[in-house]
Amino acid sequence: MAYSEKLIDHYQNPKNVGTLDKSKKTVGTGLVGAPECGDVMRLQIEVDDTTGMITDAKFKTFGCGSAIASSSLATEWLKGKSVDDALKIDNMAIVEELALPPVKIHCSVLAEDAIKAAINDYRKKNGLEEIVFEEKGVH
Amino acid sequence: MLKLPIYLDNNATTPCDPRVVEAMLPYFTEHFGNAASRNHPFGWAAEEAVDYAREQVAKLIGSDPKEIIFTSGATEGDNLAIKGVFDMYASKGNHIITCVTEHKAVLDTCKHIEKMGGEVTYLPVNGEGLIDIAELEAAIKPNTILIAIMYANNETGTIMPVREISAIARKHGVLFFTDATQAVGKVPVNVLQDGIDLCTFTAHKMYGPKGVGALYVRRKNPRVKVTAQMDGGGHERGMRSGTLNVTGIVGFGKACELAMNEMESEAVRLSALRDKLETALLQLEEAYVNGSKEHRLPHVANISFKYVEGEGLMMGFNKNIALSSGSACTSASLEPSYVLKALGLGDDLAHSSLRFGLGRFTTEEQIDYTIKHVSVTVLKLREMSPLWEMFKDGVDMDSIEWAHH
Repeated sequence: MAYSEKLIDHYQNPKNVGTLDKSKKTVGTGLVGAPECGDVMRLQIEVDDTTGMITDAKFKTFGCGSAIASSSLATEWLKGKSVDDALKIDNMAIVEELALPPVKIHCSVLAEDAIKAAINDYRKKNGLEEIVFEEKGVH
Repeated sequence: MLKLPIYLDNNATTPCDPRVVEAMLPYFTEHFGNAASRNHPFGWAAEEAVDYAREQVAKLIGSDPKEIIFTSGATEGDNLAIKGVFDMYASKGNHIITCVTEHKAVLDTCKHIEKMGGEVTYLPVNGEGLIDIAELEAAIKPNTILIAIMYANNETGTIMPVREISAIARKHGVLFFTDATQAVGKVPVNVLQDGIDLCTFTAHKMYGPKGVGALYVRRKNPRVKVTAQMDGGGHERGMRSGTLNVTGIVGFGKACELAMNEMESEAVRLSALRDKLETALLQLEEAYVNGSKEHRLPHVANISFKYVEGEGLMMGFNKNIALSSGSACTSASLEPSYVLKALGLGDDLAHSSLRFGLGRFTTEEQIDYTIKHVSVTVLKLREMSPLWEMFKDGVDMDSIEWAHH
């Protein structure tokens, strides 16, 4: 399978690999996927609670190159966005940006799920109601 | 100078040996005749070449040349052996015994047999990929006509206890068919000593061309026959119609001759290289060999690197090193290797496996390069792996409620 240059670059030079302190109230953590399925993504955001802006984002991913690249790209897009805008990130934008082949679309869905899970974790920690998302069902 | 990319996927296919190509060349242009043309020199030359190749092939497995049926490859041989026996021995019974780690060409043929009203027993394997002989014997019933167990596994290189299997088959008057695609030319396979009744193998796994293979069908003690699965001119003693692929057969014969001469020294050389590779890679934490280390082809290593995913791992070096993985992402079915799962590996370990298949043209320099680059990539991806972090932090991953999708 031939991958796009952008995808390969994100795989070879992933952005924002790492771990944020999940005990902090300002950090939201999303852990999605399962080892048996061959991909697990952990995506974390740090939110400035006065402005509602995402100041930092980190990921760690167990998975194929597309899963790694999707999560790396997601963290790039998250940084500097407001939480509300972050919710608007659609998996198809990731598919387009990385030119993911059809069999790898689930990697982008996983990244979108990780973003939502991280935001909900942040909301929960800060006494906000969790958002109920519709299933994408492309897994 | 090390030339890249390095090919370590010799279980998938092998390059043609230049000596094989050289032997084949005249049969494309000069001696292009049909081996079935009995009335002119073009046909005679082709027939003579086929006869000679048949001897070369037969010699490699210790059979009589008359017992060799040329096919298009191992898949056809699997089909012809299993369906052919099922049809030919219908009056005797309809039960076949095989095992869960067989190649799809055997398993899917057995599924077909079930649809045709046959009965199939799929034996499990132990953690090393070996069947239990007592279990095999217990599975034999009055209507059992065939035991189909591979010689060596394509993913792990595990070699089955062929002589014990054939002894059981003999004792109960059941035919024994073995798919020896990965074994012939790599380890000594002898149909008489091994007690094999039918045996399939193919040229392209042993430095010959693609598109040609052989099915050995025993002629004596007992005399075995298979019903042809293709109607036509009655070639190959009526068991396999179709104009013979003379050029391919010539190449196949040459490949068998070379394998015969070089197998012993190659096995020593390749197992030393394989052991070097394996020992070095097992220096990494949480790396495990899949399959039997004791009963194994000399050129194969299948290793799981826990907490990294196989396809992601290969992407780190696949421009320069060609390998296979048991990961779901690399298979058409999106399921991790059924062979590794049958060995009792969890899906996570199956996803994390790499198969190294060394070959005649593998050098020590290539192995050194591979050790270095695979190790570096495993370490790099573990730094990126949330599972590795959890493992290092002592988190019990079974306690996590994973979002299965």
